[in-house]
Amino acid sequence: MRKVYTHIDQIVGPVVTLKANNIAYGELARIRLGDGNETYAQVIKLRGDEVTLQVFAGSKGISTGDEVEFLGRQVQLKFSADDLLGRTFNGVGEPVDGRPALQDCEDVDIGGPSFNPARRIIPSQMIQTGIPMIDMFNTLVKSQKLPIFSVAGEPYNELLARIALQAEADVIVLGGMGLKYDDYLFFQRQLVPSKDRTILFVHTAADPVVECMMVPDMALAAAEKYATDGKDVLVLLTDMTAYADAMKEVAVAMEQIPANRGYPGDLYSQLAARYEKAVDIQGSGSITLLAVTTMPGDDVTHPVPDNTGYITEGQFYLKGGVIDPFGSLSRLKQLVNKKTREDHAPLMNAMIRLYDASRKVRQQQSMGFSISSFDQAVLAYGADFEARMMDLKVNLLLDEQLDMGWKILAEHFTPAQTMLPGKLIESYWPKGD
Amino acid sequence: MSSNQGKVLGVSGNMVTVAFDGNVKMNEVAFISLDSGDDQVQLKAEVIRIRGRECDMQVFEDTRGIHIGTEVHFTGELLAIELGPGLLSTTYDGLGNPLDELADNSGLFLKRGVYLPTLNRTKVWQWTPVARVGQRLRAGAALGTVPEALFEHRVMVPFGIVGAIEVLEMAVAGSYTVADTIAKVKLLQTGEVRELTMVMPWPVKRPIDAYEQRLLPERPLTTRIRIVDAFFPVAEGGTACVPGPFGSGKTVFQQGVSKYAEADVVIVAACGERAGEVVETLREFPELIDPRTGRSLIERTIIICNTSSMPVAAREASVYTAVTLAEYYRQMGLRALLLADSTSRWAQALREMSGRLEEIPGEEAFPAYLGSLIAAFYERAGLVRISDPNLGSTEGSVTTIGTVSPAGGNFEEPVTQSTLAVVGCFLGLTYARSYAKRFPAISPIDSWSNYIDRMSDSLEKQYFIGWVDTVKRLAAFYAAGQRIGDQMKVVGEEDLGLDDFVHFLGAEFLDAVFLQQNAFDPVDASPSAERTALSLQLTARLIEHEWNFSNKDQARETFTQLTSIFRDWNITAVQAPEYQQLLDRLEGSMKPVDSAA
Repeated sequence: MRKVYTHIDQIVGPVVTLKANNIAYGELARIRLGDGNETYAQVIKLRGDEVTLQVFAGSKGISTGDEVEFLGRQVQLKFSADDLLGRTFNGVGEPVDGRPALQDCEDVDIGGPSFNPARRIIPSQMIQTGIPMIDMFNTLVKSQKLPIFSVAGEPYNELLARIALQAEADVIVLGGMGLKYDDYLFFQRQLVPSKDRTILFVHTAADPVVECMMVPDMALAAAEKYATDGKDVLVLLTDMTAYADAMKEVAVAMEQIPANRGYPGDLYSQLAARYEKAVDIQGSGSITLLAVTTMPGDDVTHPVPDNTGYITEGQFYLKGGVIDPFGSLSRLKQLVNKKTREDHAPLMNAMIRLYDASRKVRQQQSMGFSISSFDQAVLAYGADFEARMMDLKVNLLLDEQLDMGWKILAEHFTPAQTMLPGKLIESYWPKGD
Repeated sequence: MSSNQGKVLGVSGNMVTVAFDGNVKMNEVAFISLDSGDDQVQLKAEVIRIRGRECDMQVFEDTRGIHIGTEVHFTGELLAIELGPGLLSTTYDGLGNPLDELADNSGLFLKRGVYLPTLNRTKVWQWTPVARVGQRLRAGAALGTVPEALFEHRVMVPFGIVGAIEVLEMAVAGSYTVADTIAKVKLLQTGEVRELTMVMPWPVKRPIDAYEQRLLPERPLTTRIRIVDAFFPVAEGGTACVPGPFGSGKTVFQQGVSKYAEADVVIVAACGERAGEVVETLREFPELIDPRTGRSLIERTIIICNTSSMPVAAREASVYTAVTLAEYYRQMGLRALLLADSTSRWAQALREMSGRLEEIPGEEAFPAYLGSLIAAFYERAGLVRISDPNLGSTEGSVTTIGTVSPAGGNFEEPVTQSTLAVVGCFLGLTYARSYAKRFPAISPIDSWSNYIDRMSDSLEKQYFIGWVDTVKRLAAFYAAGQRIGDQMKVVGEEDLGLDDFVHFLGAEFLDAVFLQQNAFDPVDASPSAERTALSLQLTARLIEHEWNFSNKDQARETFTQLTSIFRDWNITAVQAPEYQQLLDRLEGSMKPVDSAA
């Protein structure tokens, strides 16, 4: 039995209220607009016969006389393991790539239950991305959740696209929230070469705000299906701050009491519920999550990056077009660094120590101090390190990254100056040429 | 037992408003019967506000699918957990459901509406009766014991019983499950006859107080973390709070304490934190051997795991569940340690509910009663005397260490401030120290402990006579050294006098060799009390030695060398041959040069 109502009592922002009976919390509804268009909405509050809905397409143009039909089901993702690949959807899961809707698919509830912590395993495998500042210096580990803290204007979407192309994963799910249309087109074009393993869920800045809130759930519901089916999935989300802002907008429209800088009190729980979807399932697949979080005013204590930092297992800082080796941290890297190559951890530490030295020398130089010949070497090394390791365009396998590291050190220093253990020097220091 | 029915009137997030007919108790548990096609489930909920014929309930599950008019069945019982043998080495969610069995039962994901008994009903225990037929006993008195892990688990007269009971029948020694009747008693006040099993349900929000009296905490709880044990000691039965921004090493600190603290039972409450951290504990503890007992660490541990993506109302319940378990073991005369990580997530759960109840918000939208709830929670810690008519008098304790995750790393926020007002010890983790890789990143300047003077007798018994004086002297020395360091940043090293410079080096030395500790090194992670005593004495002597340096370079070189030797010694096991050699080198450095040659 379909339940159809034709009177809306209240419209505030993207939230509408009407009188209806026997409606379930979370139920999906379809609103038929006067002009013949349709939009969907979800029940977010029930009080007696008063039903509050958040309208996915926003309330613009909705009339108090529009027809509201309740569909008797929750918001779902249409899933088909083969047909989803290479497609682009909006936040509600409708295709927006001009191709037909999916046939023969399974309806999957989004925002499903939490993974049982007692069945989790300790992560143990690295994911190669080809980017030295990740693979060598802050290794990404399967099932890890990491934010990329950045600020407007930084090439974070370029970085994500590069990871989407290069990373070792069976399926890449990209969720775009509040994307500039140009960025959307950029992703579409960039991801063509990997389209047989890539799915896009996209909300652009001009799209309705409620759709933005659905993107992570859609992307993660798809990821969870693939992961339980034995696939290693990498989920890339951008930008989580836009997602949090969308939650703020709806919360304010519902007259909720804000907690911190206008954000709702459950911001932490909402973010955590998404990030905690990252998992390594014993004997099956995995979900690894990288999420761009832009920091308004470059302030890491802003509620969104701050709450995120407590949830995630480290963070990358993308600053000045590069991944900053000092603030960035992969908390899980020690779980895998011992298994890569014996020189990995010591070489990484030596290179970072010397790069730190180069930054200090650069500072002293700019203050007019005289610098020694060793300092000169350190300076040259620093510039070389930036060009050949930190540049985001560098694409090398981990082995090549490590070899490159030794090569750079050998070009600027004597073995003793690096303070690396003699045994490693013997095996890895470039010979002769 | 009432069997009240009600009907759902409203749903908002995890809060449901219910109309009811009979009488409803505050904090009573009810089940919401959800019938959505083939999916028929009962969702657990708790009454948190009553107004007229309506009550507001927080639901411990996802509320999707609840209708207006959905039936609600009130149980008449408060939110409770089952107490009894078999709790140790188990992982529970915030409501006391065993997570392993949940997975066996319903797969990898936590299906809503699935509740399992906290205690295993099939496991057999070796029962030894303690009470005698005809004996008159009160709540908390032992009826008998069963061996659990390292100690005799006392099966007690239920704590909720008012007045005395008379033992009518006792089960003979032998093998029983927790569900078997082990005693038949008569409640003298009401005349009611009751059959008792080893299972005792207890409402988690009510403190267990079946002890004789509370005592002043005067003994330290050794954590084996040097900076804590020496400078900011935690008392057995005391409370401590560990606030710190993300990335300041809260997790590593907390895990270290859970491994090495000298407690009989450790309860780890992972409240709204990452599941990954719990997994490390879950997977590592069975492999780790407790050096003091020779048994696996998991045998003394209970994990309450309500991680960040699990339902938020159950997160609110989880800290109460955890402290109830700690109090239960305290009643057996044991030292229970509760690690609550993180109390901020609990406070946030309160804030979420308060927002849904549309209460007038306090600071940062936390409810106005946040402070009193935090105080009440920490007040459940304590050292108590228990006297049992048959087993005699013992002491038991609950020590609570709570971590706080202050928003933006700012200690001025309401949760940190409310907590500081009620705890006896503050271990503040700072960015500055963690950036400088000085771990544990507990600030030696800002942290404090109220217990150090109160415990001076037992501290000096444990370490050495003069311990407290030495600690205080070194703390003052360190603070002065920091001031010199700040001064040096302004005037430069050149303009600093030699004496001040040596003082500064000494303070840095104290930091490097004593305050810092490598949690990942097998030796340095958990020094014994004897070793810590020796470390402190040696550090003090080296710092206070008359070095008579002729210039700064010589001073710097000497301290650099001492630091490196001392740190090597820190990571050398007592049995290793280098142990004595390194000690001799440190001692030798203080001898006049001619005799050393």
